[in-house]
Amino acid sequence: MIGFVGWRLLQAVPLLIGVSLIGFGLMHLAPGGPLAVYTLNPTIQVQDIERIKVIFGLDQPIHVQYVKWATGMVSGHWGYTFFGGRPVLEVILERLPATLLLMGSALSVAIILGLSIGVLGAVKRYSVFDVLATTGALFALSFPTFWFGLMAIFVFAIELRWLPSGGMWELGEEGSILSLIRHLVLPTMVLALVITATWSRYSRSAFLEVMQQDFMRTARAKGEPPAARLLRHALPNAAKPLIALLGVELPFLFSGALVTETIFGWPGMGRLFVDALNMKEYPVLMGLMMFTGIFVVVGNLLADIAIAAIDPRVRLR
Amino acid sequence: MSAAARVPDEAGTGAPLLSVRDLALHIPVPPHVLRAVDGISFDLRRGETLGLVGESGSGKTLTALMLMRLLEPPLDALPRGQVVLDGIDLMTLDEARMSALRGRTVSMVFQEPMTSLNPIMTVGRQIAEPLVRHLGLSPRQAAARAEAMLRLVHIPDPQRVAGAYPHLLSGGMRQRAMIAIALACRPAVLVADEPTTALDVTVQAQILELLGELQREMGSAILLITHDLAVIAETAHRVAVMYAGRIVEEAPVASLFAAPRHPYTRGLLASIPRIERVPAATLPEIPGMVPGPGDRPAGCAFMARCMRAISGCAAEAPPLAELGPGHRVACWNPADG
Ligand SMILES: Nc1ncnc2c1ncn2[C@@H]1O[C@H](COP(=O)(O)OP(=O)(O)O)[C@@H](O)[C@H]1O
Ligand SMILES: [Mg+2]
Repeated sequence: MIGFVGWRLLQAVPLLIGVSLIGFGLMHLAPGGPLAVYTLNPTIQVQDIERIKVIFGLDQPIHVQYVKWATGMVSGHWGYTFFGGRPVLEVILERLPATLLLMGSALSVAIILGLSIGVLGAVKRYSVFDVLATTGALFALSFPTFWFGLMAIFVFAIELRWLPSGGMWELGEEGSILSLIRHLVLPTMVLALVITATWSRYSRSAFLEVMQQDFMRTARAKGEPPAARLLRHALPNAAKPLIALLGVELPFLFSGALVTETIFGWPGMGRLFVDALNMKEYPVLMGLMMFTGIFVVVGNLLADIAIAAIDPRVRLR
Repeated sequence: MSAAARVPDEAGTGAPLLSVRDLALHIPVPPHVLRAVDGISFDLRRGETLGLVGESGSGKTLTALMLMRLLEPPLDALPRGQVVLDGIDLMTLDEARMSALRGRTVSMVFQEPMTSLNPIMTVGRQIAEPLVRHLGLSPRQAAARAEAMLRLVHIPDPQRVAGAYPHLLSGGMRQRAMIAIALACRPAVLVADEPTTALDVTVQAQILELLGELQREMGSAILLITHDLAVIAETAHRVAVMYAGRIVEEAPVASLFAAPRHPYTRGLLASIPRIERVPAATLPEIPGMVPGPGDRPAGCAFMARCMRAISGCAAEAPPLAELGPGHRVACWNPADG
């Protein structure tokens, strides 16, 4: 088990190096290079730029820069922001709880809803419910998240005035759980929508496949009633592909969170990414890319461990 | 196992435990109707083994699934006829009450040992499940009984196997485990649908022996389904031969093997000594194939392949007629006894 985790983390190293190389390359290819934010500022003189280059080490050959940056990443020194000069890691970690809260609540809603819809659709295949669920999922999957976000704000915040349109708390109510929940509802709904649709589709087909297996007939022949067959036999067997799906879906969840946070002004990592992009805060962008890479690697690792825990035929190697 | 050893004196006597009357399953396959099971009747008495034999596609599995009420939609609405088990008509029972009988009073062993066990549940728990459900045993008692069942079906190291997952067991061991599940609650009737077909020849014999042994111990009646008359010869007290959804001959084992009356049965018997196992659906001695849903003749379904066919065979399907003690044949021109 420990050996497996170590081995998988080792396998992730090339992936993370790839991510960092792409990020590093993009930064240097961008118009104006890493210092675009300064070169486009008319009040800064050419000499100043040269001085800044030396300070940041940007005068050195590019591979030297990369190695310096990469060793810094590994040892936890993720550099400093251009504006304010704060440690990048600190800036990112500051935004982590908000993102985890949004992703966590959206994922919980999506899994519970998606699984229920999928199982019901599988049990009552081709029923009115099943057809509606299929159509609904197709609808949800064919519109972009930002459209749903804007519609949600329009309907629930502007027209009905039921919920706030953005932010995390009311002014002066920082720390109030009730205010937080009110602000969480719309972004959770919007982010959960697409995942729910995906999950309902996948869980429907996973259940359909499991339910036609021979061992399900055995369970029936043993006199197990429907609920026991569903919960004790079908669900654990269907869970395996769904957990694998969860690992695969993580990057999409992340990018969905990015869009959702931007629409709702949710102060998480997605919002940080967009702000950093606008301000050409390359150190922050690089840090976010690496963080996302690590997040996805760890997520997939957890999914694999969970699958091995469920299925005795899967060996952790 | 000699015939005398396997027939207890009282077996085959007394009121039938399971009584099947005019059981039919007509499946609409537009533009035809497939008469997969076409009105079969038989009795199964306490402690008795009735062999149900026939080529692949003759309707054996569907018959078994109808007895167990295990057909899935859309087939589940189609069965016609009566299945009376110990005075209870199973065909009209609601699903909850049928569920209470399954695994307790009537159990089933399937043809596919490799896929019939839940891959992610330990063998012990799978045996314990019906014990908890039907007999109300505590999980601990059930686990102990499950282990005892594994010992009973001659699985070596039952304690270890109880905690193991199915993929670690061979096909023969899995079928033993399936038998342990099916017999855990000591059911009155066991339906075994080709329990040895998927197994090696040597393992086949062991499983059949095990079934006979458990039957003597528990007194369950067994409906043993097979396409292999050799299996019947070794295990059953009585035989019903099925052809195209109908029973064409029914007799005590000795009588059937000594003096088969139906041309189809004779063909089946002729094919036994030459090859160890009769491969499904290939019977070199009987030319032709089982009729499909479209070209079902009005008369005897076997006529096209029959060497004894006479002019009357095309007009009407022959009914089962008693030609000897307990020996019934559905043929317009049966062979001499
Ligand atoms: N679910 C089904 N739908 C339609 N036809 C079926 C179905 N299952 C079996 N059949 C047909 O019914 C006939 C009898 O099948 P089966 O009982 O499985 O035969 P056996 O077990 O004797 O080999 C075959 O012709 C088969 O093709
Ligand atoms: Mg069959």
